[in-house]
Amino acid sequence: MAHDTHDIHRSRAEFEFIKKKRAAEMRGQLTSFAMMIFLTLIAFTLVAADFSTYLIVPIILLLAAIQVVLQLYHFMHMSNKGHGMMAFFMFSGMFVAFMTIIAMVTIVWW
Amino acid sequence: MDLNKRYTPQTWPDHPETATLEGKNKFVGFWLLLAAETVTFASLFATYLALKDKGPSGMEFSAAGLFELPLVFAMTMILLTSSLTSVYAIYHMKNHNFKAMQAWLGITVLLGLAFLGLEIYEFNHYVHLGFGYTNSAFSSAFYTLVGTHGAHVVFGLSWFIALMIRNAKRGLNMYNAPKFYLAALYWHFIDVVWVFIFTVVYLMGVIG
Amino acid sequence: MSSNSQKKGFGATIWDYLTTVDHKKIAILYLISGGFFFLVGGVEAMLIRIQLMKAGNDFLSAGTYNEVLTMHGTTMIFLAAMPILLAFMNAVSPLQIGARDVAFPFLNSLGFWLFFFGGVFLNLSWFLGGAPDAGWTNYASLALASEGHGIDFYSLGLTISGFGTLIAGINFLVTIINMRAPGMTYMRMPLFTWTTFVASALILLAFPPLTVGIFFMVFDRLFGANFFDVTMGGNTIIWEHFFWIFGHPEVYILVLPAFGIFSEIFAIFSRKRLFGYTALVFATILIGFYGFMVWAHHMFTVGLGPTANAVFALATMIIAVPTGIKIFNWLLTIWGGSISFTVPMIYAVAFIPSFVAGGVTGVMQAIAPLDYQLHDSYFIVAHFHYVIVGGVVLAILAGTHLYWPKMFGTMLSEKLGKWTFWFFFIGFHLTFFIQHFLGLMGMPRRVYTFGADQGWDLFNAISSVGALFMAIGVIILLVNVVMTVAKNERVGNDPWGDGRTLEWAIPSPPPFYNFAQTPLVRGLDPYWIEKMEGNKEGMVYAEPLGDIHMPNGSFIPFVISLGMFIASFGAMYFMDDKAWALPVLIGGLAITFGSMLVRSLKDDLGFHVTKEELIADNERIQREARALEGGKKGGLK
Ligand code: HEM
Ligand SMILES: [Cu+2]
Repeated sequence: MAHDTHDIHRSRAEFEFIKKKRAAEMRGQLTSFAMMIFLTLIAFTLVAADFSTYLIVPIILLLAAIQVVLQLYHFMHMSNKGHGMMAFFMFSGMFVAFMTIIAMVTIVWW
Repeated sequence: MDLNKRYTPQTWPDHPETATLEGKNKFVGFWLLLAAETVTFASLFATYLALKDKGPSGMEFSAAGLFELPLVFAMTMILLTSSLTSVYAIYHMKNHNFKAMQAWLGITVLLGLAFLGLEIYEFNHYVHLGFGYTNSAFSSAFYTLVGTHGAHVVFGLSWFIALMIRNAKRGLNMYNAPKFYLAALYWHFIDVVWVFIFTVVYLMGVIG
Repeated sequence: MSSNSQKKGFGATIWDYLTTVDHKKIAILYLISGGFFFLVGGVEAMLIRIQLMKAGNDFLSAGTYNEVLTMHGTTMIFLAAMPILLAFMNAVSPLQIGARDVAFPFLNSLGFWLFFFGGVFLNLSWFLGGAPDAGWTNYASLALASEGHGIDFYSLGLTISGFGTLIAGINFLVTIINMRAPGMTYMRMPLFTWTTFVASALILLAFPPLTVGIFFMVFDRLFGANFFDVTMGGNTIIWEHFFWIFGHPEVYILVLPAFGIFSEIFAIFSRKRLFGYTALVFATILIGFYGFMVWAHHMFTVGLGPTANAVFALATMIIAVPTGIKIFNWLLTIWGGSISFTVPMIYAVAFIPSFVAGGVTGVMQAIAPLDYQLHDSYFIVAHFHYVIVGGVVLAILAGTHLYWPKMFGTMLSEKLGKWTFWFFFIGFHLTFFIQHFLGLMGMPRRVYTFGADQGWDLFNAISSVGALFMAIGVIILLVNVVMTVAKNERVGNDPWGDGRTLEWAIPSPPPFYNFAQTPLVRGLDPYWIEKMEGNKEGMVYAEPLGDIHMPNGSFIPFVISLGMFIASFGAMYFMDDKAWALPVLIGGLAITFGSMLVRSLKDDLGFHVTKEELIADNERIQREARALEGGKKGGLK
């Protein structure tokens, strides 16, 4: 367990580059945030506007799913490298989650 | 690991959260915990869906009659924004800018407290209407689902505050960087759960 | 700083174990406490068999019978089988991947103490007003109607120990993902490590539904919630779903590590590489996935509707396919091998037909219309004992013999081991084979007695005699353990002589840092490869000798668990309006969270074993090994 980090010494140019890259990434995060807000607004508006239930439910569930993907992949960096195993377990968890929810909305009251 | 080792923005690694084996272990372990939490919340959602609007005969409460969207909308906006502010905090953590990180974390905590305040107000309001925890299967399922999320908010806030105070004097190092990163990850996950709560519980509740 | 060489006083040893974060010592703690609960569960089993020995027996009252039955199942699954398997996982899998410790040594200890206190809490019910009596499945309609605090002991006890298990699962996953030695790719991992990995993944995803279900149970019974109360709009079937969404994966959590142990045994004692290693790995993963899609086969008679029953029946039958693949791979591993019938190997060979029998009855039960006949009869009891005893318990006994030298540095007697085997194996089939027929003749499970006119006397008597045989087998094992400990004949690195994986490349028991130098893995069965190439040093190393970083021991895990234990009493007596209940609840939680806070605020960076200490320690090990060679030869031959 003794493996500490190797010391890093970046050149000026390297450092500036990384800083710029991070700033660009941060702008990307802002865009995702704007999209999340936008999706939320649509969802609330749809409900407030009183469309048919059968129309609204699938749409707002889809919007929620998109928002979650944004959170996971942008805010939580699940797309970055070194996240493969984590993604695998998250998806396995979602699979079990899905089975559980399906069961409870279909067969408990039979 | 040397706690006293000082870093500058130039010597700070790209991914301080996974730069040490300890950090990497925490990081992977935490994601696995989130996978387990996903199943936990799914179980609570599943139960809520099964018990929605179910109660003793003649129960006067229903999701459609109970929930009010303006409050939920405000809570949603607050929590979403706090997710962004925690992204800012981690952005500064990666740039090894401790002061900015603490400041953004502070904002995140304030937003979280605001969210929590509104939630307490909401619960209190329902209880005054007579919709208590033991009122019906519906009320038990509702409070348990949303309350468990609230408990996560409380835990997340305590975690942020503890980290901020504990490290206020000594700044960022390889030992605490993973902790800050994971606390932020946890905060995002809380937001993920809330997205489903406002959609499934409140929005789908209001339309009946 | 722990060192195996120096002698310590009794108090110091106890303190060492209370504070240890060393996976090898935690393994011993798991083995001892799991073994203890195994004996407790065994005594309960004997009580059941005495009661059912003859028609109309009044040895146990109906109510007591329900308690004994419930505690037998709960104890065996949660407090005996799983912990003993966790003992082997702790003892062996970090060594098999060439790691110095697990990923989270502190949490490893916390996981153990949570399990321990949960188990103690559950068993205290016997002395505090009665044990749970709604079956190990604790169906809500029975559980809500149960009087006294038995059910609360069940739910709170399992909550605590369930957290422990979840922590253990996460720990193994991270250890295996992050801490494999250089060259130890996923497809070079020994099968026991693979099954540890998949079983841990199942723990990760199956325990949350159980925890949620149990939480509902606690809240319904103690705090006035209405999840399962039909008059308040609740639904008791929700419990059944949560229980089995957990419950079916749980049976694979048990049986996969058992498969892993047997896979190791077949390879070692056939002196052959596992046949179809890749197929075995993928079958393991596949079983893990299918495990989550079949739970409703426990609920065919609930009335889920024909569609659901058909879907789950089909899914259940499919799961037999990867299991069958494994059976054939094991058979082909033995085929043409140079077999030595040691005690572990005898268990492994006996396991195959026993487990196949359990699998076949499983597929029969998967046929939903047939299950309407079989359900809740002794046929079910026969099925799950064939898979659990014929699979898991045989693996535990085999693993005890196989890994005893690695864990304790001595060998269990082969001769007594064979006596245990024959008593246990014959007793097992005597007890349970006949129960298939009792089931087909209509004898219901979980009923405390039967009438003389029902024609079940003889078969029940035979079944009880079988149970006696198993008990004798276990007693001989205990004698074996005591004698082995008393004799204390030390053995070397590879006492079986044919070890293939990394754990056999280091001393028995290994030094606390496991590997002085991290080994370099050059293929499947890395130690075997080096042996075949005549490597005198034992292994090739991936790093030069240098300082090793190790974690500090800690008493905090014990205190955290103790806090939860105390808090549970407060929660339980809360509904009795006892004035002290709330303070106890709050006090317990304060202990738990307070010690967690201490843990997170205090830096704990561990310590370093220096190169010089390693060299000195290595000299000691060499000296001891030479002494061993000079004196009586350790090991088999
Ligand atoms: C070939 C694979 C298997 C199949 C097809 C199968 C099928 C089934 C079915 C359909 C039942 C429900 C019977 C009923 O209650 O009416 C059942 C019960 C059970 N099985 Fe299996 N099973 C398999 C393997 C296993 C394994 C590997 C284990 C454990 C190691 C196991 C443990 C149990 C237990 C404990 C029960 C009874 C639970 C209870 O009601 O108390 N099974 N099995
Ligand atoms: Cu099953």
